[in-house]
Amino acid sequence: MSEMKTGGQIIWESLIAEGVEVVFGLPGGAILPAYDDLAKYEYPIHHVLVTHEQGAAHMADGYARSTGRVGVCIATSGPGATNLVTGLATAYMDSTPIVAITGQVPTSLLGRDGFQEADIQGVTLPVTKHNYLITNIRDLPDALKEAFYIARTGRPGPVLVDVCKDALQASMPFTYPSKVNLPGYNPNLNTPDGTAVARAARLVNEAQRPVIVAGQGVSIARAEAELRQLAEKANIPVATSLLGIGAFPATHPLSISWGGMHGEAYCNYALQECDVLLAVGARLDDRLTGAFDTFAPKAKIIHVDIDPAEMGKNITIDTAVIGDALLALRALLPQVEANEHPAWLEQIAEWKSETSYRDILQQESDELVAPYVMRSLWHATGEGNGRATVVTDVGQHQMWEAQYYQHNQRRSLLTSGGLGTMGYALPAAIGAQMGNPGQELWVVAGDGGFQMTMMELSTVVQERLPIKIAIINNGYLGMVRQWQDVFYNKRHSGTPLFNPDFVKIAEAYGIRARSVTRREEAYDAIKEAQAHDGPYLLDFQVEEFTNVYPMVAPGKSNADMIRRPAPAVGSGK
Amino acid sequence: MSENGIKRHTLIAWMEDKPGVLNRVAGLFGRRNFNIESLAVGHSETPGISRMTFVARGTDRDMRQVRTQLDKLINVTRIEDVTYNDPVMRELALIKVQATSEERAEVMQLVDIFRAQIVDVTLDSLIIQIVGKENQVNSLIELLGNFGIIEMVRTGRVAMVRGAASQTGVVDTAVPVNGHY
Repeated sequence: MSEMKTGGQIIWESLIAEGVEVVFGLPGGAILPAYDDLAKYEYPIHHVLVTHEQGAAHMADGYARSTGRVGVCIATSGPGATNLVTGLATAYMDSTPIVAITGQVPTSLLGRDGFQEADIQGVTLPVTKHNYLITNIRDLPDALKEAFYIARTGRPGPVLVDVCKDALQASMPFTYPSKVNLPGYNPNLNTPDGTAVARAARLVNEAQRPVIVAGQGVSIARAEAELRQLAEKANIPVATSLLGIGAFPATHPLSISWGGMHGEAYCNYALQECDVLLAVGARLDDRLTGAFDTFAPKAKIIHVDIDPAEMGKNITIDTAVIGDALLALRALLPQVEANEHPAWLEQIAEWKSETSYRDILQQESDELVAPYVMRSLWHATGEGNGRATVVTDVGQHQMWEAQYYQHNQRRSLLTSGGLGTMGYALPAAIGAQMGNPGQELWVVAGDGGFQMTMMELSTVVQERLPIKIAIINNGYLGMVRQWQDVFYNKRHSGTPLFNPDFVKIAEAYGIRARSVTRREEAYDAIKEAQAHDGPYLLDFQVEEFTNVYPMVAPGKSNADMIRRPAPAVGSGK
Repeated sequence: MSENGIKRHTLIAWMEDKPGVLNRVAGLFGRRNFNIESLAVGHSETPGISRMTFVARGTDRDMRQVRTQLDKLINVTRIEDVTYNDPVMRELALIKVQATSEERAEVMQLVDIFRAQIVDVTLDSLIIQIVGKENQVNSLIELLGNFGIIEMVRTGRVAMVRGAASQTGVVDTAVPVNGHY
């Protein structure tokens, strides 16, 4: 006979059954019974108190992306729940497994517009993989079991469980369900269809100019080794999507960096000229493809993805291989023949050398430009034996980081790619650090985005996390300013920032900090922060007006890049 | 088939009969910008499973998006595009028509021709019920327009594939889209 447990107890004991060790949250009226049970029964779960619920959702996201486990956040009803929404939408776009638990007003008050009532199930319908409103405790155990199962299987995503306060307070005999009953859910866990795999292999074998595009699906499936084997066996150059960065070593001879709106020019040329494109675990969104009908115009496209709805959603494809990237690559490997493609690789090498000639770091300048900071950060934390994880925010610095930091390790870059959520970096890094104690973690954020969630510095200090923070401070909402420069006749409407003194902000939290204004200081400052046993904030006051190139205007073809300017004759150092 | 392969498709979706499921489906249609012309939902032969027939406009590829996106909803157990299966398709309409005693005979004649029924009569109005294919319903409505339609309600298309094989929504079939496009 199972013991009587309250709804609150059921939540914590279900979490423990799922192997959850840490949750990120902030209490309030409707969720109080659960918080009380956490203290009363001293469950072995570490609760990280956040400053704002958006932070809790991003922390769960960073935790999940960096560990591959389900991240858990918890909030109260009404504003507590709605504050999670941006974090859930971020996780939904980037396929991050999260279970969000929210308190709801008691069932007797549902629909009465009482204090702190919000229909969070309705609100989160479009930004969750699934969600639940629990009005009766008897539905709670199954909902929790299903939530974790749905979040982590198939194409991962966030699931929200909204629990009425009276269901938290009620009691029932409880054992955690051992099975889920979801007749309508197919996570596509089987090996992909043999005919599709054979056809894909044939296309790859016949290709003269093949390219692989690796997306985050490779990392989610932990298929990096298989991807590398396939690429090396047939000598196929590998591009990644932004979220795919780290799925293939950036310094590998077959790496052609990443493509799209701000991808390297030689990568975009390769994508435009290839005759077979093998996309693995990438959803081919507009930022990667440019105008859909202009993408890889000469290529037969093979799309490997676990989500059938991605097939042909944006791009007309030739062959769909539906399934987990690991299973698909394992099925493909024996069927793909060894190959050389010497002419193709030579052509790409030529494009690459022309691209590096235009590298911004070839420009004669002593100014502290952001790309220089990124390259210094890589030298200090990622090159050679460096194993740092970088969590970027959204904007120019994000693109520069992706261009100038060479990610060789899996999951060494966490970034909000799909939703483009400014404010993501600091809380996501906190979540990542909680899941990976001892891991060197760097936040790279713009001055605009950092201020959106910088109150989580208190969480950094509260949890004694040694997170290092590099603010790329140019006094503008830089990427927006860049669009104004390019598309809006340089009218800087609403983009200049009034910034606080970030060093003083950090110091107010008891975090050591310094500003960096000169090129010569950059590397040493990074090393100094790295050596410090605790959090450290570096305020890089970079040249204001540098923009990110190459750039493909929205709705344009990747062939129509605005290139980096060629350096003046005789310059370069 | 009209320009660019755009045409009307008839789809059947089976879903768990749970609170909010219709909301999920309708929300998805809106959010994905799917062009839905009609939608009819009710119980199926299986307890706990509702059956929805809907008509959507688009290309075969558009319909693959509709199907695969809908199939991702956890509560949707099965979905099929039956457009090419020559299904039986019917719609029911109730049409309230203005008709004086002099006009009534003429209306009744139309009702007979269309094998419709008169389900309510007052001195100056009739309610006509028609069950048929949409074009039949459309034709009757057009003709009745000459008398003055006071009020009208249509159920939207419901469909069923012919033959003995049953289509139940109990098992998730997963949309079979592997292979060649």
